[in-house]
Amino acid sequence: MTGSERLQAAFSEGRVALVPYLTAGYPTLEGAYSVGEAYVEAGADVVEIGVPFSDPLADGPTIQDTTTRALENGADLGYCLELASRFADRVPVLLLIYYNSVFARGVRRFLDDAAGAGVSGLVIPDLPIDEALDFREMAAEKGVAICPLAAPTTDDERLDKIAEAASGFVYCVSVAGVTGAREKLPPGAVELLRRARSMVSVPVVLGFGISSAGTAVEAGAEADGLIIGSKLMQVVAEEGPEGAGAWLREVREALDSAVCAKAGSRD
Amino acid sequence: MQQKSEAGYYFGPFGGRYVPETLIHALEELEEAYERYKDDPEFVEELNALAKDFVGRPTPLMFAERLTRKWGGANVWFKREDLAHTGAHKINNTLGQILLADRMGKERIIAETGAGQHGVATATVAALYGKECVVYMGDEDTRRQRSNVVRMKLLGAEVRPVTSGSRTLKDATNEAIRDWVTNVEETHYIIGSVVGPAPYPRIVRDLQTVMGREMEAQARERFGGDPDAIVACVGGGSNAIGAFYPFVGRESVRLVGVEAAGRGLDTGEHGASLTGGRPGVLHGNLSYVLQTEDGQIREAHSISAGLDYPSVGPEHSYLKDEGLVEYASVTDEEALEAFVTTARLEGIIPALETAHAISYAEKVAKDLGPGANLLVNLSGRGDKDVDVVADALGIDAHEAEEVSGDG
Repeated sequence: MTGSERLQAAFSEGRVALVPYLTAGYPTLEGAYSVGEAYVEAGADVVEIGVPFSDPLADGPTIQDTTTRALENGADLGYCLELASRFADRVPVLLLIYYNSVFARGVRRFLDDAAGAGVSGLVIPDLPIDEALDFREMAAEKGVAICPLAAPTTDDERLDKIAEAASGFVYCVSVAGVTGAREKLPPGAVELLRRARSMVSVPVVLGFGISSAGTAVEAGAEADGLIIGSKLMQVVAEEGPEGAGAWLREVREALDSAVCAKAGSRD
Repeated sequence: MQQKSEAGYYFGPFGGRYVPETLIHALEELEEAYERYKDDPEFVEELNALAKDFVGRPTPLMFAERLTRKWGGANVWFKREDLAHTGAHKINNTLGQILLADRMGKERIIAETGAGQHGVATATVAALYGKECVVYMGDEDTRRQRSNVVRMKLLGAEVRPVTSGSRTLKDATNEAIRDWVTNVEETHYIIGSVVGPAPYPRIVRDLQTVMGREMEAQARERFGGDPDAIVACVGGGSNAIGAFYPFVGRESVRLVGVEAAGRGLDTGEHGASLTGGRPGVLHGNLSYVLQTEDGQIREAHSISAGLDYPSVGPEHSYLKDEGLVEYASVTDEEALEAFVTTARLEGIIPALETAHAISYAEKVAKDLGPGANLLVNLSGRGDKDVDVVADALGIDAHEAEEVSGDG
């Protein structure tokens, strides 16, 4: 199975897929592994591993702090790929990576290494579809899925092109802004998810701002999957990997019982 | 791809638009507005009138007689951008962009600044057009360039010190981009140099080219032809592009960009992206970048906050690779020496950024020899730098007062 196929399968389980994020190398090189383990045990459908970058301009303060620490801990790309490979046989792994990290290694070599580590898909926040033409072809050859972003500012015409470019899923950004936990789901998020779902054949996943079982349930009603990053990194900082696993399990349960309630009300 | 290249989207392989998806719409909107207004007679007239009455254009071309004599080479001419309103060439860009922002109906302006010159120039035009203005400035730079912080505040801007990363221009730019992503609907980002995602490098270049066009006309008037060489400093590279652009491709005109060698290229503590970096992606474009093997952006160093930047405008990368412009570098120490020499011999305190260009101009003037004409883009004045220079040279203002008191 290619990475794209594994990802598609993860989103076809008939439930909202949970995609927890972790910063590679945070809180420590070995600690990041424990975080991933906790995610997998809590029922993560996909794990997203962030490759630390010195200038993460799509990220808010929470994730910036973790990447700064991770870089101090010595989390280089080689380590990140090794971390990915330790989970890849159990769960599809996504890499969240800024384009310079890809470019510095050389696009072809990077894709070889990522595929070799068992990485299923890539989220590159600063590589919009227009700059990714050749990259997409090369990634497709390696069976590594591309998961482009769509924002509330994205119009239908462009959303259509994004849908065409997506080989894994479309990553809908809930709000114009950087990553970070938010108390409420922004109003534009639901609108974007509905638009995307009507136009996109691959799964539609929501990220940025999911901070509680409540926001997860709300977003889960419209999305095929949820990416949760900043909130989990906060929990890791405060309560360690076990705390993050417990938090994720609560969200899983809330999502499942919301589906049951919905099904029940239909009967 | 070819069409985009012609429109100044790419410069050879460099440039492009490597930004989060949220910003794509705003960049397209800016591009459309620029296409619509750049040749619009009303827009051009408004810009020209303000350039004349508000900025004081055209800025003079001055013969630097004593420096010419000291160096014993080519005739040295200064393009006096230090005499432009707010004290540097930066105003040429901010003025054009505020006119665009106004036409796009954006009521909030943000900017990043290193030395504070671009921040002041942005705060100035925001005041002129009654816009809200927020300027991001590295915490380290707010200390180095205190007087510019005060100027921005007097002009009604909010200055937000940036404490992430190296606390300099690179980090201020990250923060400005994050603000823009968050407030994109009502905000225009006035980027300060020929950097950032397309269409910024082209817009800023076009707006700064007013310097090169004036230089061309003034050279003809003063010595009856093109200069033999033009020297300008390069951080992001807007004053250099603005000066060079009309002359690019003319074989008789030698174009020299001068980067910051900081404590020396071999120390790794410098800002010479073209000389010491390799291609990479930072702040929305592909260009030469100072980075580690693994692609982490390195911290730049220069005594001049305006050159303390680990990348450079993508068009410079293209001009370098094509051999159309030569790039050199000058250390902190050499720049300081030129700073003092220019003050003593010409009665002009140049910006530390500009002092890099002046320092290297000595070599070029000697190469060219007597009779040739060398233009230096005197991109800004150095009032903002006196504290830094006083520290570096051990000048004590208090001591001088005591001496005069005794007399």
